[in-house]
Amino acid sequence: MLPIEIRDVSLVYDTPGGKVPGVKNVSIDIDASEFVCIVGPSGCGKSTLLNIIAGFLSPASGEIRIGGKAVTGHGMDRGVVFQDFAQLFPWRTALGNVSFGLEMKGVAKAERDKIAREQLRLVKLEKFTASYPHHLSGGMQQRVAIARALAYNPAVLLMDEPFAALDALTRDDMQRLLAEVWRETRKTVIYVTHNVAEAVYLADRVIVMSPHPGTVKADIRIPLERPRDPLSAEFLEWQKNLLRHLGHETAGDETQKSNGKATT
Amino acid sequence: MNESTQRRRTMIRGLLSLAAAAAFYQLVALSGYFPRVLLPTIPTVLTTLYDMLSDGSMLHHAAATLYRVLLGFALAISVGLPLGILMARFKPVENFFLPLVSALMPIPSFALVPLFMLWFGIGNLTTVLIVFYAATFPMLFNTWTGVRSVNPIWLRAAGAMGADEKRLFWKVIVPGASPFIITGMRQAFLRSWIAVVGAEMIAASDYGLGWVIFDSKEFLQTDIMMAALVVIGFIGYVFERVVFGSIERATVYRWGMVRMAKG
Amino acid sequence: MHHAATLDAHTAVGSDRLRAVARNAFPFVVVGTIWEVVARAGVFPRQLFPTLEDVARSLVDLTVSGILPHHAFETVLRLLSGFGLAAILGVGIGVLMGRSRRAEDIILPLVSILAPIPGLAYAPLFLLWFGPGELSAVLLVAFVSMFSIIFNSWTGVKAVKEIWLRSALAMGADDRRVFRHVILPGALPYILTGLRLGLAQAWRILVAVEMLAAVPWGLGWLIFGAREFLNTDAMMAGIVVIALIGLGLEKFVFQKIEHYTVVRWGMMEAMSRSP
Repeated sequence: MLPIEIRDVSLVYDTPGGKVPGVKNVSIDIDASEFVCIVGPSGCGKSTLLNIIAGFLSPASGEIRIGGKAVTGHGMDRGVVFQDFAQLFPWRTALGNVSFGLEMKGVAKAERDKIAREQLRLVKLEKFTASYPHHLSGGMQQRVAIARALAYNPAVLLMDEPFAALDALTRDDMQRLLAEVWRETRKTVIYVTHNVAEAVYLADRVIVMSPHPGTVKADIRIPLERPRDPLSAEFLEWQKNLLRHLGHETAGDETQKSNGKATT
Repeated sequence: MNESTQRRRTMIRGLLSLAAAAAFYQLVALSGYFPRVLLPTIPTVLTTLYDMLSDGSMLHHAAATLYRVLLGFALAISVGLPLGILMARFKPVENFFLPLVSALMPIPSFALVPLFMLWFGIGNLTTVLIVFYAATFPMLFNTWTGVRSVNPIWLRAAGAMGADEKRLFWKVIVPGASPFIITGMRQAFLRSWIAVVGAEMIAASDYGLGWVIFDSKEFLQTDIMMAALVVIGFIGYVFERVVFGSIERATVYRWGMVRMAKG
Repeated sequence: MHHAATLDAHTAVGSDRLRAVARNAFPFVVVGTIWEVVARAGVFPRQLFPTLEDVARSLVDLTVSGILPHHAFETVLRLLSGFGLAAILGVGIGVLMGRSRRAEDIILPLVSILAPIPGLAYAPLFLLWFGPGELSAVLLVAFVSMFSIIFNSWTGVKAVKEIWLRSALAMGADDRRVFRHVILPGALPYILTGLRLGLAQAWRILVAVEMLAAVPWGLGWLIFGAREFLNTDAMMAGIVVIALIGLGLEKFVFQKIEHYTVVRWGMMEAMSRSP
């Protein structure tokens, strides 16, 4: 529930082929409890930006402040959920995974387990506390990962395409679940995705990035009321809007163009 | 720091490390703290090595050892390979041999040396048989696993394209199992090498690298011992990198079936 | 109806198991019979080719008199000391190499040169340096089995997934805790494999060293000594015990440890078919 300021952040990758710009002069202000999605095609630097905010990468220039404090490396004020299910520790049960952050904080065992169980209940896995990750499906593992990232109460939640590797039906369920969880916990969320529909469903604001080098192309508010209906006309309009910003023409635009109307 | 400076650093550190180890050894040897006889200086070892190479004695020993290894190894392949294939293809064969193989495998080949010495006497026969014993198991086991692991999809595809049993065997099963077969050969060779050195120590008459090492102990000729160790290491390295490396490169790496292990 | 069904199921399982046992025993029965026939036919002198009965009797005599257990005990003791030493040093060095590029650069060349030489080749050298007896045997065993452990532990640490490290760091773990909570369990499948290979090597070389190193008691010595007196039956009894201990180590020690850890965590497939 803290605001995030991203100021003029740049990063350059050192590759065998030469220096490749990752992100360039990115500046974004995020309010506390805002749900922000970053979308863009591959190579636009969205994951890089997330890793910089998480503290795994250092920007060449610029700085990031969370709640007014500058970010230097990783910290417990940010929770991270990656795309890879294998992010869970296979040698710990679901409960063991979720309580890891609390363990690092020094919380006593009884208290830890209580909080961890509560988190698992939040993601509807209260029956699987004693299961090892390899017994859980992909969707379930991602739920545990979310619970794990929330358990030690970070102010910010960073998510890097967490549902991209799931099948469509599971993904829909997970998006609904995440919207619920966010409503209950009101964390500041930065969510990276290449899935436009997902962004429209989840976000208060969508930041569109373009590649080579990664820069912010557009910053769009999604004023739709929650819970959002992915099949409603307004939802589809916003989707088309976003796609246009990403540079994709949609079928509607084609007919409009051929009718001689402007597409905005 | 980028990859190429990192790699250069690695190489420099490696060379320094070896140089430091050699220098340390040399200092200890020269210090006279240990009897010179037990800890010969590096120049002494090198001189002995050179002498033994030029007068042909080292070559004679190496040749004898190589002869025994290759013969035993060849025998192991000629038994292990067909038997492994048969075991994987025909359940009754597997049912018969698997328990036997499992029971014999934990017995170190060296444990059989005295027995073989009683039965076959000292000399080439015993050593070759010990090598054969040691090398057969990895060959057999890997071949068996390899044939079993041939992807059934390949078999179905080939069958659908009209391949009969014989062609199925040669054109699908053998290439399909080849990563395992080659690993089996590599492990079998390693075991052969280890077995021969050990067997020669006790069961060889008067030549062979293993015999040299053991014999030189009697006369405290540590320099000869070390020279022989160098030769053993060198031959082992050559076989591993050159022979097996090129076989692998020409077949399974080329087919993308096995990723190159790092270094 | 229900009762009959379960009864059938029970007998089905029972007869399955019986059949499995019979199938496993069959080859031994065949080989054993051939052996007996050859032995009794008198083609080879009885001394060199004892009947199974001779071997069995030898086995019983030696066990009852306490000689065989004494030899076995000494051998196992040496094994544990040597292997224990190798395990501690090997895991330590391997993990260090995995964590520090500098350590890896310095240690790897040395290890790569020493490792390929057959362990036994070092035996006479060790005997010269440390004298005949216990010390040489234990040190040689430790030295030789250390290499598999080092290589596997090293690989294991390097194979720990980046994503685990990042997750742990994001959750507030410092270096020491990352090591204890992530790197060690993460590398465990490899470390266990290394230890298993190391133990097998230790076993093989121990038997050999006992023959060469003139230790007063030990299975290797028993077999070697029996040669002097053409006690082939005693020799075979010793070989049987060696095989049993080797099998026991594999099945009862390693498979148990693996089952409790890495197989339970889904990090490694259980060995379905022995060996």
